[in-house]
Amino acid sequence: MPPQATQNAGSDVDPKNQKLNFDINRDLYDAADNHQPKFQSKPGINEEVVRLISKTKNEPEWVLNKRLKSFELFQKTPTPTWGPDLSELDLQKIIYFIDPNTTESTSWDDVPDEIKKTFDKLGIPEAEKKALAGVGAQYDSGMIYHNLKKSLQDKGVIFENMDVAIHKYPEMIKEYFMTSCVPVNDHKFVMLHAAVWSGGTFIYVPKGIKVDLPLQAYFRMNGKQGGQFEHTLIIVDEGAELHYIEGCSSPRYQQSSLHAGCVEIFVKENATMRYTSIENWSRNVYNLNTKRALVDKNAKMIWTNGNMGSSRTMLYPCSILRGENAHSESLGIAFAGSEQDQDTGSKVIHAASNTTSIIKAKSISKDGGISSYRGLVKVMPNAKNIKSNVQCDALLLDEKSVSKTFPYMKINSPTATVGHEASVSKVSEEQLFYLQSRGLSEEQATKVIVSGFISPIVKALPLEYAIELNKLIELEVQGM
Amino acid sequence: MENTKQTDNKNNILEIKDLHVEVDGKPILHGINLKFESNTVHAIMGPNGSGKSTLANAIMGNPKYKVTKGQIIYNDQDITNSSVKERADLGIFLSFQYPAEVPGVTINNFLREAVNTKRALQNQKPYSVIDFYKLLKEKMQLLHMDQSFRTRELNAGFSGGEKKRSEMLQLLLLKPIFAILDETDSGLDVDGIKAVADAIHLAKKDSPMGIILITHYEHFMRELMPDRVSVLCNGKVIQEGSTELAKKIQEKGFAEFIKQNEQSNKGGNQ
Ligand SMILES: Nc1ncnc2c1ncn2[C@@H]1O[C@H](COP(=O)(O)OP(=O)(O)O)[C@@H](O)[C@H]1O
Ligand SMILES: [Mg+2]
Repeated sequence: MPPQATQNAGSDVDPKNQKLNFDINRDLYDAADNHQPKFQSKPGINEEVVRLISKTKNEPEWVLNKRLKSFELFQKTPTPTWGPDLSELDLQKIIYFIDPNTTESTSWDDVPDEIKKTFDKLGIPEAEKKALAGVGAQYDSGMIYHNLKKSLQDKGVIFENMDVAIHKYPEMIKEYFMTSCVPVNDHKFVMLHAAVWSGGTFIYVPKGIKVDLPLQAYFRMNGKQGGQFEHTLIIVDEGAELHYIEGCSSPRYQQSSLHAGCVEIFVKENATMRYTSIENWSRNVYNLNTKRALVDKNAKMIWTNGNMGSSRTMLYPCSILRGENAHSESLGIAFAGSEQDQDTGSKVIHAASNTTSIIKAKSISKDGGISSYRGLVKVMPNAKNIKSNVQCDALLLDEKSVSKTFPYMKINSPTATVGHEASVSKVSEEQLFYLQSRGLSEEQATKVIVSGFISPIVKALPLEYAIELNKLIELEVQGM
Repeated sequence: MENTKQTDNKNNILEIKDLHVEVDGKPILHGINLKFESNTVHAIMGPNGSGKSTLANAIMGNPKYKVTKGQIIYNDQDITNSSVKERADLGIFLSFQYPAEVPGVTINNFLREAVNTKRALQNQKPYSVIDFYKLLKEKMQLLHMDQSFRTRELNAGFSGGEKKRSEMLQLLLLKPIFAILDETDSGLDVDGIKAVADAIHLAKKDSPMGIILITHYEHFMRELMPDRVSVLCNGKVIQEGSTELAKKIQEKGFAEFIKQNEQSNKGGNQ
């Protein structure tokens, strides 16, 4: 759990913290730097590329075999057609491996200048000093920076680059990596991910340890036509607590890029895990992500996801509540502008009795953008006294924009209480007139209405992220 | 733009000339003539449905209320086609009979945005979070509002009285040149009316605001003491006068007053 000081009440800025002023504009995320990678594979995917990735990383045999098996499955499986239109994504044009030509460092001073500048602009080193217990940074396919507070290292907390973790903690990785949580055969893009994954984060929090500041990773995709396939594996052991924050961005290119990350989280008995991610990809990115948590007895899993940018997003964080009294919360915000299709939502599987879940999803569509809520609440027949509540609200900023809702429910238990509410609203003329009558411009008035609409979710974020997310949404509303 | 600047401390005039207004294609106001001045409380009375709120919205520039004929003139500037923001920038303020709800937006954040926007217009530095906090606290105390109100969501789930107090809080912070109070007293209890009236008197000492007071109730009138009274009926001004007129209406009730008024008009015509 983060300290109270960072648990801010939304955009209602605490006077004491007013120094934290992020100055953001879209260029900051969209501009590429001209860093030269050490190596990049030819566009397209084949067995050779898979072997090359594994060889470059000097991986043990079992990892290569897992990659090859996944690649085989990937080839046999058709691209899903039930969601957004992916017909313009040409998987043979993507570059699957870009080695950033730098060794991983524990000091920002050792990170190459152009890369450091990019992260500086994104405010990462500054944020680390202020309010984080540890930071990891990935640039294209490789982690370039990792640091964890000494006090946490001493308590046995592990915060490591996934590539390194494979060598350092082989037993744990073998047991947890793409086995019971997200198996390699889960779906087409998981298969692809399992074949070409690179980098990402491994976190282990030992029994009873409460990490009181968030750990953060930042993923930056810089290469043209690039792919980023980072793997995040988090184990929060019995009674432990962790807040992990992920930020993602990429420069804007004409050609499509692909992000197919995978997040696996194990929340053990009585543990609490809070996962927060703000994904702000540029408009040429296909963001096809898989995030899942296995939640044990009396444990809590809290997802917060903000999805902006990208051409297409398919993201449905999932909690499998497999222990009694387990609880899941999922908060999501998606913003779809012109030619964007944000297909997001959340899944919960109630596999044990007395488990509870809350899903709150908000979407904003503008300039013909499409936002869809796609979610699933499933209650297994043996699970008794389940409570679940789903609420999805869409806000349309104009007549051209679209909101869709696909709330699947599979309730196989007579004692379950499942609530679902959905709303679609437009920015009303009455609200705009009211706010403008107080001297706000139409644009200011729209921003105020939108910030109010998303505030229940922004409130759940630490202060810096709340401010950043508000600013990002403002930029999207302005249409920059 | 020079002429959109607020012009304080002089005698400002807001004039309504032969104003015809329709809503959804339905004519509501049929040729209203009225003149409002700074430092004056001008009461508009009239039975329900007579067009008082329509007039208020038309003056504020609500695009739903279409001016089909006539003019609205502010200090020699024709603002009939000005946007709502332009009118707000000139210093016109409407305390709504039914203010819109804006969920998720705190009173504090909204008002800071509004006040700082106005300050920018006047080339003043924005209030810092802390300075604004102090200012808001002071104004809320004037209206006997609980400090917890700061973080309430703008009008969302407010009681009638809370909405009206919130409108008055906005008035005190934005210091308009002309303030239209559309039934601000309804929904307030006696203490509320007293607090609002006291706050308006204080605000008037600060700047010589012109007040356009739309109300049914004697109580509010007594607190604010109108200098002029105009009576609206079926979209027309049927009588104008001083406080005496207001008293007469209070005593007889509208129905009786209008009947007598019609009869005396007929008598006059013969
Ligand atoms: N938004 C509207 N749509 C349709 N008719 C309206 C609307 N607003 C007012 N009217 C009509 O205009 C007339 C005047 O209403 P209003 O200005 O609200 O009167 P008052 O404020 O004096 O009670 C009424 O007949 C009312 O039904
Ligand atoms: Mg009215």
